[in-house]
Amino acid sequence: MSDELNRARAATATDFTDGEWHRLHRATPLFRGGLTLLIIIGIIVANFRERLIEAFIPGGSEFTPDDPFLDYIIAENLIPQAAAAVLGLLLLIIAGFWLSWRFHSFRITDQVVEVRSGILFRTNRKGRLDRIQGINIVRPFIPRLFGAAKLEISVAGNDANVPLQYLTGAQADALRRDILLLASGARREAAGDAAPDAAAARGVVDPSVVDPAAAGVEQSEIPAGTPLTLASGVIDKRVNEFLAPELDPSLAEPESVVHMDPGRLIGSTVLGGPAIIFVLLTAGLITGISLTGEVALVVGFIPALIGIGGFLISRITRSLRYSIAATPDGVRVGFGLLSTTNETLPPGRIHSVKVSQPLLWRPFGWWQIAVNRASRSSAQGAGGQAQTTILPVGNVDDVRTVLRLLLPAGVTDDSMPMVDLGLTGSGDEGGFVPSPPRARPLRWFSVKRNATALTPELVMMRTGAIWRALTLVPYPRIQSVAVSQGPILRALRLGAVDVHTVAGPISAGIGALDRDHAVSFFEHVSGRAIAAAERDTSHRWGAAADAATQQAVSEEPAAPRPPGAPEGTA
Amino acid sequence: MTDLNPASETPPAPETPTEARIELPVEAGEWQRVSPKYIVVDVVGWLIFGGIMTAASFTPYWIGWSLGWILPVVFGTIFLLVIAFTPRRVRAIGYALRDDDLLFRRGILFQRFVAVPYGRMQLVDISRGPVARMLGLAELKFVTAAASSGVLIPGLPLERAEQLRDHLVAVAETRRAGL
Repeated sequence: MSDELNRARAATATDFTDGEWHRLHRATPLFRGGLTLLIIIGIIVANFRERLIEAFIPGGSEFTPDDPFLDYIIAENLIPQAAAAVLGLLLLIIAGFWLSWRFHSFRITDQVVEVRSGILFRTNRKGRLDRIQGINIVRPFIPRLFGAAKLEISVAGNDANVPLQYLTGAQADALRRDILLLASGARREAAGDAAPDAAAARGVVDPSVVDPAAAGVEQSEIPAGTPLTLASGVIDKRVNEFLAPELDPSLAEPESVVHMDPGRLIGSTVLGGPAIIFVLLTAGLITGISLTGEVALVVGFIPALIGIGGFLISRITRSLRYSIAATPDGVRVGFGLLSTTNETLPPGRIHSVKVSQPLLWRPFGWWQIAVNRASRSSAQGAGGQAQTTILPVGNVDDVRTVLRLLLPAGVTDDSMPMVDLGLTGSGDEGGFVPSPPRARPLRWFSVKRNATALTPELVMMRTGAIWRALTLVPYPRIQSVAVSQGPILRALRLGAVDVHTVAGPISAGIGALDRDHAVSFFEHVSGRAIAAAERDTSHRWGAAADAATQQAVSEEPAAPRPPGAPEGTA
Repeated sequence: MTDLNPASETPPAPETPTEARIELPVEAGEWQRVSPKYIVVDVVGWLIFGGIMTAASFTPYWIGWSLGWILPVVFGTIFLLVIAFTPRRVRAIGYALRDDDLLFRRGILFQRFVAVPYGRMQLVDISRGPVARMLGLAELKFVTAAASSGVLIPGLPLERAEQLRDHLVAVAETRRAGL
């Protein structure tokens, strides 16, 4: 056990994963309480503004002292006491900040990640590594300026996140890799992963070429007195981090990255639901004003207009730097212009996927992809949408690429024709079983679209002729299956089926199927779900791959070890 | 090419295609019924709820609407019908312990069948209302990670409920699966 642990530790790049307690970035309380402090200072300045102006530019403004409290202090000559009180308060705040930093610590063992915080009311939160649903690196704008980032480890459950806020950006990147490494159950990793990064960082001095994660790890090892002076180094690093692409290119397969086209993003937003509401509201407002002549009507609409307008703008700005890529430890999705979010979803954490197309997107062939996940992150996704929207907008090729990433086992070259049929097809081609013609009273236009299909790894549900959608559920993630029938369905000899997954925006169900088909679907899917759940090992995704490589290595004992790999890991 | 043809994936459809109701290919004897005493619990529950709703629906009549009497009559009739069908409805509730999953059914007009693999169990809840406790009954809730599974077996004798709970926990332990 301890041997294994040592090996896992040796492979990791930060010293945070040694099972000891560590503290966070020193400026953490400032970032967390910074806004409140700024507001207080703002109020004070606003209150004293005229007095200050008077103090520095006598007679510069028409100043009439009307503050009895301050007048009293000046009149009684209590200025030293007042200054002492202010100073004391300041010291108290700083002491509070320092204490809360002292008391906020975390540790990461090979089983759990644990955070404790609070001065008077202690909180202790522990998350199991094999239940990690995703790791999210959030860089809010202000902390980002200081190079700080928040690492959020989501475990299954509603708002069951373990946040580590704040770390330096490089630490966060490295720590994410380490946690994923530990969580994956892989025991003899490193060689392929960490070593090239480290080697690259050692070899290259120019900080603009070094990728930020590796540079940050190595930064501490550069001895004082190197040509790289500390100050310029820090500034360069900040600029680098700020400008660096959200994805660490060395860890991603370049060809799998989907890039967001600004024109498409703006177009899809303009043709999306909220924008249409915006237009309708404005139209209603104009007609209302022209009919009644009451310009005051504007006042009632302003909050709604501001809200929707703000939503649209934030959606566009945040999604502009959207990116998605495959990494050895799962899918990495990033977005955000000023405040950035960058989330890694380990394999097997996607419970269902829905590809949908609003009516107005159809002429352009745009689609949206949402997923159900077992954790609800507090951070928001692309443009105020829930974190569940994985692809805000993309064309069919993007959809294919993203589906391959999200469901690597299910969406393969073999099943891709079925996915295409699921997106745009209709009828009983390619294994889809549509509703029978007698279901037309319930599915006026979509009677041929409304269909299910089964692949060896996935349940597919195709719905909607006007609002097209395709729901994919991998068998190992199915929690339960239901078949139901109400009086109307019974009169038409139809049935409805539901595949239950963890709660989320998607409910994988389809109605108005042929009764016999619904029953056989129910029987078949419930049987397959059990078998698939038994085979599934994705909670320790690295362990399975590890076993495979170990086998391969033992067959080729002469395989050269990559340089820089720590001794004793093999 | 893996099968795009569902024929190999889908088992043959069960016979009797003319029957409109949903019947699963499960032996009739495998279904376990809930205790007939649960009818009392259900009737009492509906009586209280129906009584309150019907009384509340008199409001339009009391404030002087001439046609206000229609509402309580409609409400009363609906609730009486619901109560009259209670024995039939309770008989329709059933569960079957299959090899790898728990099968649950309920409803006559609105039929619903759920299959929950044992390994998906997150916890089992046993709860008892006042009326059920007087009759020695309990209800068992099988909770999975999906909120919509909704497997709630009412009207089990307490002893049976506890036995079932222990059985389910034991079986789930041997078939534990992740999320």
